[in-house]
Amino acid sequence: MAEASGQDVQRRQRKVLEVRNLRVHYETPTGDVIAVAGIDFDLYDGETLGLVGESGSGKSTAAYGILKLVQPPGRIVEGNVVLDGDELVTMNDSNFRQLRWTKLALIPQGAMNSLNPTMRVHRQITDAIEAHEGKQDKEELRQRVLDLFRMVGLPQRLYNMFPHELSGGMKQRVCIAMGIALHPTVIIADESTSALDVVVQRVVAQTMLRVKKALGVSMIMIGHDMGLMAQMVDRIAVMYAGKLVEVSPVETIFEDPLHPYSQVLIESIPSLKERKPLKITEGITHDPRNPPPGCIFQLRCPFVMEHCRSEAPPLREVKARHQVACHLYNDDGSLIEGVKVEAAV
Amino acid sequence: MGGLTLNYIIRRVLIFLLTVWVSITIIFMVARLAPGDPISAMVAQASASMGVVENQDAIIEGWKEYFGLNDPIPIQYVKFLGNLLTFDFGPSLIAFPARVSELIARALPWSIGLGLVTLPLIFFIGNLFGALLAWRRTPGPLKAFIPMTMIFTSLPSVLAGLVFIFVFAFRMKLFPIAGPFGRGMQPSFTIEFISSLIHHGILPVASLVIVSFGFWTLGMRGMMVTTEGEDYMTLADAKGLPPFYVLYRYQVRNAILPQVTALAIALRTLGAGQILVEAIFSYRGIGTLIYTSIRNQDYNTIQGTSFVVILFTAVSVLIIDLIYPLIDPRISLEGN
Repeated sequence: MAEASGQDVQRRQRKVLEVRNLRVHYETPTGDVIAVAGIDFDLYDGETLGLVGESGSGKSTAAYGILKLVQPPGRIVEGNVVLDGDELVTMNDSNFRQLRWTKLALIPQGAMNSLNPTMRVHRQITDAIEAHEGKQDKEELRQRVLDLFRMVGLPQRLYNMFPHELSGGMKQRVCIAMGIALHPTVIIADESTSALDVVVQRVVAQTMLRVKKALGVSMIMIGHDMGLMAQMVDRIAVMYAGKLVEVSPVETIFEDPLHPYSQVLIESIPSLKERKPLKITEGITHDPRNPPPGCIFQLRCPFVMEHCRSEAPPLREVKARHQVACHLYNDDGSLIEGVKVEAAV
Repeated sequence: MGGLTLNYIIRRVLIFLLTVWVSITIIFMVARLAPGDPISAMVAQASASMGVVENQDAIIEGWKEYFGLNDPIPIQYVKFLGNLLTFDFGPSLIAFPARVSELIARALPWSIGLGLVTLPLIFFIGNLFGALLAWRRTPGPLKAFIPMTMIFTSLPSVLAGLVFIFVFAFRMKLFPIAGPFGRGMQPSFTIEFISSLIHHGILPVASLVIVSFGFWTLGMRGMMVTTEGEDYMTLADAKGLPPFYVLYRYQVRNAILPQVTALAIALRTLGAGQILVEAIFSYRGIGTLIYTSIRNQDYNTIQGTSFVVILFTAVSVLIIDLIYPLIDPRISLEGN
């Protein structure tokens, strides 16, 4: 958890990225799959926001929507993404290409297949630099790449290697070096540590934290590992079936999760002290082409009420910096009457 | 580091030698297994055209002795191998007393010239069209036009050649019907000769290219679509690289690798196509030589030309094998 100093708090008043009603659909012969069903959130300067959710919840699609990298048959149906005052969704391709990487970078799941197998590692970093800054002196570029390598803890000998000669953790760090090469405003890290074993995962996560601190960038981290998230991010946004169901500072959500889905999610973090049955037993149950009216979680919710089946709860702030989309709570964060408190947690 | 390892080269060269050896052994055996005997056939042909030939048996015996056909098969085989190694295929039967090696030496440059023009053209046009067909940013009209150019694909090249001769040479008289250059000309480095050479070459080249490039277009399109879905393509877009750079340095560069492998396999069909196209255009290459030697049962020339074709195919495959580690850095590991 990043400790917030006074200066940080001030910086964190400023929004660098605003996402409004972002909707991404995938076209299929039997109707559109609603992958992201209109989400709203803000990213503040210097903060790390964790976007969590199970497979198929739309967290990666949301990220690719922000990056405008959704491939057909997927498309952004509506919504706005405002980065430092620029609206991205309607911006034309060539203008947006100038912003890519200089302001909005991606750290992909690099351990897998994110590096071009026919290009030497350094060239895959310098081509991005040269695409945005123009041709440069070879020796200067070399020094820059080696500096980046040093920052992410890669040995210099990797400079001339091909991706297949690197281990998974090295490839991931190359991707981090690539992502920070142009000092972007916002970095989106898509499951950047998911495919690594826990030891390498820890090293890579620490590298990311260190680099993030040194550069002061804002970051969206996508993942499903709540334990890792707890150590890395400032705020957590929980996604379920294309919707944000809860957004909260990381300390609060672990102590006091409000949404029933967040509760089971946190309940299912394994503990060494006690063995308990897993609360989550199934994935998203409804057809994503045809979500039920009302609350998106109604089919799995243990506290479902009549109300939930007809009216979708909006995401609203019920406590300080703590938003939830659930009918169980009053506007002041207290439980509505008639619900047993002990049952909710 | 990408590159060739010694181990890799040695293995490829051994495979090359094995291929050539097996092939020439097959040529040797096929010729011996075929019914009849070339000398008797030749003498019979002579007697048919000239009436009675005196001392037929003595002539046949004499020739048999001269061509070494009285030796036991293993001896013949060893001699055969030895002769091939020195490119000595004996005298030609139809152009006697010229040696087969002389005929081949005269024909070879023409075939190599034709192949060196058509093969890169086929590979280049095919892969270019395939890449454009799959690229997201290719203008719509161009995407609609490319498939139309592929209507001749998988037609035999001979047929395309005949159609071209009929339409462009016979009817429209745009191109000469046959031959590698104008009648009565002497090969020289003059503009006149070279333009005549090109003028004569267009139809044979076109008939070879038009039936073959579609194969590469379809293959390339498929590989481009596969490559498009790779994570490194998404990352290349995310990096804001110029679209054309992403096309050739990320997408085409990776999609072309299996195409190069396929080239090694396709060389054989391309070679076969060229033999027939040369024959119908009376091009002075190996193809025409093979064609006439088969028609005239000129065994020595058949063996010699077959050997040359085999050698060329095997050498081309070897070259592709040796180039491959240089274009795909992952391959060189195989040799370790």
